[in-house]
Amino acid sequence: MNKYETLYEALANLDGYIYPNEIALNWDLLIVMYPYVTGLVAGAFILASLNRVFDIKALRPTYEISLLTALSFMLVATMPLITHLGQPWRFYEMLVTPHLTSAMAIFGFVYLWYLMVVLLLEIWFDYRYDMVIWSQQKKGFVKFVYKALTLWVSETSPESRKTDEKIGYFITVVGIPSAFLLHGYVGFIFGSIKANPWWSTVMMPVIFIFSAMVSGIALVMFIYMGVSYLRKQKPDMMALDTIAKYLFYILIIDFTLESLDQIHRIYEADESFDILKILVRGKLFFTFFIMQIGVGVLIPLTTLGFLQFKKPRERIRKIIYLIISICVLVGIFYMRWNVVIGGQLFSKSFYGFTSYKVDLIGGADVWLSVLWFIVPFFILAFLLWLLPPWKKNHEAMH
Amino acid sequence: MAIKKENSSRRDFIKNSSMFAGGIVLVSLLNPLKMVYATKKPKGKGKWYGIGIDIEKCIGCASCARACKVENDVPNEPFFFRNWVEQYTITNDDEIKVSSPNGGIDGFKQPVPDDEIYKTFFVPKMCNHCAKSPCTQVCPVGASFESPEGIALVDKSYCIGCGYCVQSCPYGCRYIDMENGVVDKCTLCYHRLQKGLDPACMMACPTGARIYGDLNDKESAVSVFIKENNCAVLKPQLNTESKLFYNDLSQEVH
Amino acid sequence: MPLQVKRLLIVFVLFIGIMLGLKYFLTPESWREYGAYRGNALTEISDKEAKYVQTETCAMCHDSIAELKTQGAHKSIQCEICHGPGYKHIDDENIDMNIPDDNQFCMRCHSKNAASPQSIIKQIDAVEHSEGEECINCHNPHQPWL
Ligand code: HEC
Ligand code: HEC
Ligand code: HEC
Ligand code: HEC
Repeated sequence: MNKYETLYEALANLDGYIYPNEIALNWDLLIVMYPYVTGLVAGAFILASLNRVFDIKALRPTYEISLLTALSFMLVATMPLITHLGQPWRFYEMLVTPHLTSAMAIFGFVYLWYLMVVLLLEIWFDYRYDMVIWSQQKKGFVKFVYKALTLWVSETSPESRKTDEKIGYFITVVGIPSAFLLHGYVGFIFGSIKANPWWSTVMMPVIFIFSAMVSGIALVMFIYMGVSYLRKQKPDMMALDTIAKYLFYILIIDFTLESLDQIHRIYEADESFDILKILVRGKLFFTFFIMQIGVGVLIPLTTLGFLQFKKPRERIRKIIYLIISICVLVGIFYMRWNVVIGGQLFSKSFYGFTSYKVDLIGGADVWLSVLWFIVPFFILAFLLWLLPPWKKNHEAMH
Repeated sequence: MAIKKENSSRRDFIKNSSMFAGGIVLVSLLNPLKMVYATKKPKGKGKWYGIGIDIEKCIGCASCARACKVENDVPNEPFFFRNWVEQYTITNDDEIKVSSPNGGIDGFKQPVPDDEIYKTFFVPKMCNHCAKSPCTQVCPVGASFESPEGIALVDKSYCIGCGYCVQSCPYGCRYIDMENGVVDKCTLCYHRLQKGLDPACMMACPTGARIYGDLNDKESAVSVFIKENNCAVLKPQLNTESKLFYNDLSQEVH
Repeated sequence: MPLQVKRLLIVFVLFIGIMLGLKYFLTPESWREYGAYRGNALTEISDKEAKYVQTETCAMCHDSIAELKTQGAHKSIQCEICHGPGYKHIDDENIDMNIPDDNQFCMRCHSKNAASPQSIIKQIDAVEHSEGEECINCHNPHQPWL
């Protein structure tokens, strides 16, 4: 039967012994995308908060772009998870009868909290005044859309703007722990599986948070340069340099934490260590050492470190930033890959491995994963059209 | 049944739903341990099933695995088992070889000649029906649950097929049934137990290597088995409170 | 309270109301009867038909074979291990049971393997022992020895 073909192939390529039910690798590429996309959301949001809460002025030009990026990825963040379900239409059960001891059950609520209460509200208060202005300038349907978006409140008095500003600030402050919660929580989904020694570590949520920041910052850097290029505008070099600086710092923290985790694992060398050693040196060699550490960490770290001391010309720096942001995005993708796929490649009997091949032609998971990565860019394009940051009234107070 | 029903009035749905948002956090703060495990052993004298497997008596015929597949309509492909048999062979060079061709149904061959074998034995595997089952703990919708009798079951008409329980089972006892996209696992033949029949694997064993019974009843076959033999459970370090007890379990078995 | 906040609150109250309404209408029957699951699932699972009916039922009609079997070495073996599940046959005896007649079948249990304990099962080398004959030519499967 065709459905089982890949399984028979995996069966023929087993290394050692594996529980028979483990041959089928249940969490495929879509589950790799799930923490990847949520990570991008959390990271982009935290970059926005750096500007607002920590008052880093140089990041002002990217504030709205980061928020809109976060929103557009947030809107599809659940899709990889839902489309991966064996029974996607039963997804609502997670909200209707959540099983409170399950980490995954809480996802719906963490998601709703973050989307509805944090992201949408922050953007809403940030844009409310401008939307009122735009609703007065535009005509027809667009006017109606803006009106609806403002909830038919056409207040533009300085007091109302002050309220917007105050509440927006408050939400950002609440938003930082929420962003940590959102992604730390995704890490917890993996970190709390005691059956799987590759996942089960208290560091997992923390590592997820910092890798999320790294990837989100790189994404905003990439999008900011892309948007500037498309608008034929010069990107603000100050902003880019500052983003790069923060990327560098957080990358160091991220790498330290990950190394700490691995060193701890190696030094403790518990019962699972032998199999994990073979796993990392064998099946994960390419994705772990070359992609995750080489491309994702070492190249960006050395380049950005170099830039802290010596600043080449703007053009060169721009190219460097472009390449670095892509490297980091690829590296973090492989980090998620190594966690999700790597954790399923070895047997919980510790006696062998199964294999996983990305099925480029027949695999629905691949196409859906690509889809859920591309859709956010379209949403972002739409949002940028609807709520253009560059047409905002910039006398706003923060 | 001796189990008390929990309050199930539909009218207090508002009360239930307020548990929704902040509830978990609050409850787990107030009483952290109570909420962590999905199951609680019911008080009172209801049944609480446990299983015993006598490794010394297993001849590796895999009649249990066959009977289980037939009884429970498990797909015939060699990737789906509620119940399978492993053969361990430890050579004189301390090399450990494990095999389970089609869960044992295809028959076992010794991989090394007899005079190089240090030790060899069969280990039948099935769901451990843990008292603190990690699988029912992680089910996001309550489709995986432990019955009042201590049997981990799946509500297939409610399962969303996320596969989280498959990941969290340390013993590899769950699989996704690709036909319906939902999870399937050993039910200790719950339907047979309720009809007064033995579970298919217990019935099929020709040598009586498998025993099951009520752990609350200290005279039951399994209680006596545990008392008289030096039993161990798999992966005790994970504290799943497994209720599958092996006699004569070697430490090589994971 | 500022107007925009008031409007927002209305939206949120509406949203939460809808969520609670959905929860009320979508929560399945018998939810939380025994625990955080559908109580009816228990009866649904136990309603499944049992396929193996066990030796006592076979003995109602095949009493001589059952009697014979209780005296031999195969007394501990259920009829249905060899003959397959009997739930259809007991309703309609024209539905034939499986009759295993190749040597390979006996060898499932009796083949030589160091992992099988000698004290529990007698093991033979199929080719050497049977000399090309069917096992059942010399052994009665229901009573391999008296
Ligand atoms: C209701 C009575 C009844 C019960 C119960 C019953 N059988 Fe039979 N069985 C018969 C009859 C009558 C025949 C002969 C039918 C025929 O020759 O076609 C038969 C034939 C057989 C045969 C020979 C079939 C063949 O192809 O020659 C086997 C084997 C058999 N039964 C096994 C079993 C087993 C195992 C059970 C227990 C699960 C069982 N029977 C229960 C009535 C019964
Ligand atoms: C060890 C496996 C085994 C077990 C256990 C077993 N049988 Fe059989 N049975 C056979 C085989 C093999 C044959 C075919 C005999 C032949 O062809 O001579 C057979 C034949 C039969 C027949 C056909 C009648 C005949 O003599 O041709 C009946 C009826 C039957 N068995 C009933 C039963 C019943 C009832 C039980 C349980 C009490 C049972 N068997 C247990 C292996 C078994
Ligand atoms: C499901 C496993 C199983 C199958 C299949 C099976 N046997 Fe047995 N057999 C046993 C067991 C268990 C015993 C009793 C233990 C012992 O003394 O060896 C036994 C005992 C015997 C004995 C008596 C050994 C002795 O001297 O004590 C003979 C002979 C025998 N079987 C022949 C056969 C034949 C012939 C077949 C094929 C029709 C067969 N068996 C199929 C499990 C099986
Ligand atoms: C030519 C007749 C014949 C055939 C065919 C035959 N056996 Fe036997 N079997 C015997 C005799 C005679 C003995 C007792 C003498 C002995 O121990 O070798 C015996 C003994 C046994 C024993 C007990 C061995 C022991 O160590 O006590 C088993 C088990 C057995 N047979 C199984 C089988 C199986 C399985 C087959 C089919 C592959 C088979 N026999 C085919 C004649 C036969």
